[in-house]
Amino acid sequence: MSESRPGEAGAVPQARGVLLEVRGLTKRFGSVVANEDVSLQLRRGEVLALLGENGAGKTTLVKMLFGLHRPDGGEIRLAGEAVRLRSPRDAIARGIGMVHQHFQLVPVMTVAENVVLGAEPTRRRFVDRRRAAAEVRELSERFGLAVDPDAVVEDLPIGAQQRVEIIKALYRGAEILILDEPSAVLTPEETDELLGVVAELAARGVGIVLITHKLREVMEAADRVVVLRDGRVVGEVAPADTDEAGLAALMVGRSVVLRIDKQPASPGEPVLGIQGLEVDDDRGRRAVTGLDLEVRAGEIVGVAGVQGNGQRELAEAICGMRPRIGGCVLLQDRDITGLGARAIHDLGVAHIPEDRDKHGLVGSYSVADDLVLNRFDEPGFARWGRRDRAAVQRWAEQLIAEFDVRTPDVHAPADSLSGGNKQKLIVARELSRASVLVVAAQPTRGVDVGSIEFIHRQLVAARDRGAAVLVISAELEELLAVSDRIAVMRDGRIAATFAGASATPEAIGLVMGGATGH
Amino acid sequence: MHLDRLRPALLPVVAVVVAMVIGALVVLAAGASPVAAATAIWVAAFSGTGAIAATLEKATPLVFAGLAVIVGVRAGLFNIGAQGQLLLGAITAAYAGYRLAGLPRAVHLPLCLAVGIVCGALPALLAGVLRATRGVHEVIVTIMLNTILVNLTDWLAGGPWMEQGQPVSRTPAIVGSARMDRVAGVPVGFLLAVAMAFGVWFVLDRTTFGFRLATVGANRNAAHYAGISVAGATVAAMTLSGALAGLGGAVESLGVVGRFEPGFNAGLGFDGITIALLARVSPRAVIPAAVLIGALRASSTQLQARARLAPEIVDVVLALALLLVAAPIILRWLLRLRPGSSPTEVHLTRGWGS
Ligand SMILES: Nc1ncnc2c1ncn2[C@@H]1O[C@H](COP(=O)(O)OP(=O)(O)OP(=O)(O)O)[C@@H](O)[C@H]1O
Ligand SMILES: [Mg+2]
Repeated sequence: MSESRPGEAGAVPQARGVLLEVRGLTKRFGSVVANEDVSLQLRRGEVLALLGENGAGKTTLVKMLFGLHRPDGGEIRLAGEAVRLRSPRDAIARGIGMVHQHFQLVPVMTVAENVVLGAEPTRRRFVDRRRAAAEVRELSERFGLAVDPDAVVEDLPIGAQQRVEIIKALYRGAEILILDEPSAVLTPEETDELLGVVAELAARGVGIVLITHKLREVMEAADRVVVLRDGRVVGEVAPADTDEAGLAALMVGRSVVLRIDKQPASPGEPVLGIQGLEVDDDRGRRAVTGLDLEVRAGEIVGVAGVQGNGQRELAEAICGMRPRIGGCVLLQDRDITGLGARAIHDLGVAHIPEDRDKHGLVGSYSVADDLVLNRFDEPGFARWGRRDRAAVQRWAEQLIAEFDVRTPDVHAPADSLSGGNKQKLIVARELSRASVLVVAAQPTRGVDVGSIEFIHRQLVAARDRGAAVLVISAELEELLAVSDRIAVMRDGRIAATFAGASATPEAIGLVMGGATGH
Repeated sequence: MHLDRLRPALLPVVAVVVAMVIGALVVLAAGASPVAAATAIWVAAFSGTGAIAATLEKATPLVFAGLAVIVGVRAGLFNIGAQGQLLLGAITAAYAGYRLAGLPRAVHLPLCLAVGIVCGALPALLAGVLRATRGVHEVIVTIMLNTILVNLTDWLAGGPWMEQGQPVSRTPAIVGSARMDRVAGVPVGFLLAVAMAFGVWFVLDRTTFGFRLATVGANRNAAHYAGISVAGATVAAMTLSGALAGLGGAVESLGVVGRFEPGFNAGLGFDGITIALLARVSPRAVIPAAVLIGALRASSTQLQARARLAPEIVDVVLALALLLVAAPIILRWLLRLRPGSSPTEVHLTRGWGS
């Protein structure tokens, strides 16, 4: 295979404006075929959406484009020439940029420093900070990416940090920008801003590969959609020729119910009672400020709110992961304010944590071990302190079948699962046991539409079994779909509560934004 | 698929072989004969029951030291103080071994071992508690404790606990009721070490306690989420690690040296780190790794006599083997392993910094 250098003229004549072409790309992991004979093109100024179920091979494909995986077969052509990308550095040198879901920024450095890191402008062998800041400012203005070059990264909201990542890629001369589920961590407002940036970049000739599970974003931003299933390209459409239901069906291979129907709730006794709760965030600032909330048996209460208004701290405080500074938390009339995570778990509280990789699982553990991560010493899985690995395996096999966690077997390390399948693993663990209270934070983050439907049904099933369910989500749509009541959180307390029927996106949005509720 | 699973296990074996080949080249460059060197090692370490027993005796404290390091690494801790803990275990066991003369063997020997275990565990416990409650890094604490313990044991052996009427600073000899002998030519201490390796394997890989330690070592945030006490696991792992090191020291005193003599156990704790790496943090693999190092160490005088080689050549070979194991890239290239296809790699690189 011939090597090419950037700027060299293409050897093979090609359709005009094709930045990137992939031919017959194949990638295997052991016995798993993650990509098989994938071919596609990306043109200048085009937004190409990659759509597919969890584990379909989207991330694997773009990781090959960014030099993070080596293909087992097929070729990648840039500007008409076959290239071999051995590392991200190769990819960057050839004008490919990628924004990962976990940002690769140095939190204590400024925006400008982060952007130029590794490619610093120098003056007499010292980093020229002033020029760095000026260049970053110029870039951010040219592409409409609002950030302050002198701000320290850790002080920025997630959406701004993501813009820094994009600027970083552009600073290194990216003509192709890969975004893998960029909106998974964003608020709806930030997502809108991001889509604006994407459109702006495309207008200026950048080719963009966008992976997302949110069909609305695909409809809004994409010029073309390539659908993957089981590692193969199964279809290509233009958003103009279809709708969300059509996309969902193409992806999953069946029609998907985008909004589940459920019986009206018949709430019973209060299960969770929170009074005057105060909780600090990681930096010691008061994040929950005198919050009152009640969740009854047999009802689903949704917590809406702009992210960063104390939702995360609330969930962690209920589940005993975070010290409660003031107020009290009652579980079935029992004061659990002082209890730790284990004791609360044992009282029948299930918890789907917001950050799946940080809290939800151990990446190096097998799927089986992660499926009993907080139950490994319960009687069914251990006796006299000795783990019953056969029982764990049987249980795990049952769960991955029931919750459709796609993995070659239960011995595979959790790290080898696709993002959405990791999430399904955690959901399976938490919703598979009888509990009196379910605390679900962002339960469907990174999950495909078919599985969202499934997880929502499971939440409703838990409710119908008599559990109290608290769902915290950045997706208003999700809350509207599953909740019987919606509480809006603002500045660390509940600003308003809506009964399911009276909840409209507009009314909730108004309270989230600052209007006083009823 | 099968080959993929086997390859990581082969890695250390290949590393040792490659290191020996390079070692042979070094020997050649030094003007000596690699064949003579190999013969010397073979003769010294494995020819005859006496030689084998000597090798196993050398390997015994190494097994304990390796296990001590492994227990820490599993919980994400780097117990660099195995050396000091081993010394304290060795001298206190020796003290109990000569001081408590007159006890029946069935009481005396276990008691001496217990003294070694407890005294090895105490300094590690301190490091564990400081880490768990104050966030003081265990590497710093155990390094400082090493210095303190080396000097403390030196002082004890040359002062209050010194054998009277002779110039060497060492404790009196341990009485017969506390000595560990050989059974059918195999040192009892080695049998104990093998049993302990299987015991540690069982505890780490098969029990809920081991699962707690490993979870804390692999992802302490997830451990916190799962309701596992991070502080508890930290203290427990450090204490167990120190106990194993102390037991290793006790066995050395009671079964090999017969008393405590400063200098006899120098470097054992650090060899433990080498062994833990060679064994890829797997307790049962510690046995062959320790025997290998024990054999090389046992043969150093023969190397000098027969092949006219400085004993440091042994360290060169060991360092090479370690380099090859610890820098998997080199071997991966040799074995044509793909990046990321070696699951054990994660074990080695985690826990050393944080
Ligand atoms: N490092 C790896 N080792 C083994 N298998 C892997 C590895 N990475 C991915 N896979 C497997 O390859 C398949 C495709 O995974 P990939 O992450 O590309 O899916 P995805 O389309 O991005 O899914 P999601 O929407 O959940 O993010 C999955 O079956 C996954 O288990
Ligand atoms: Mg993915």
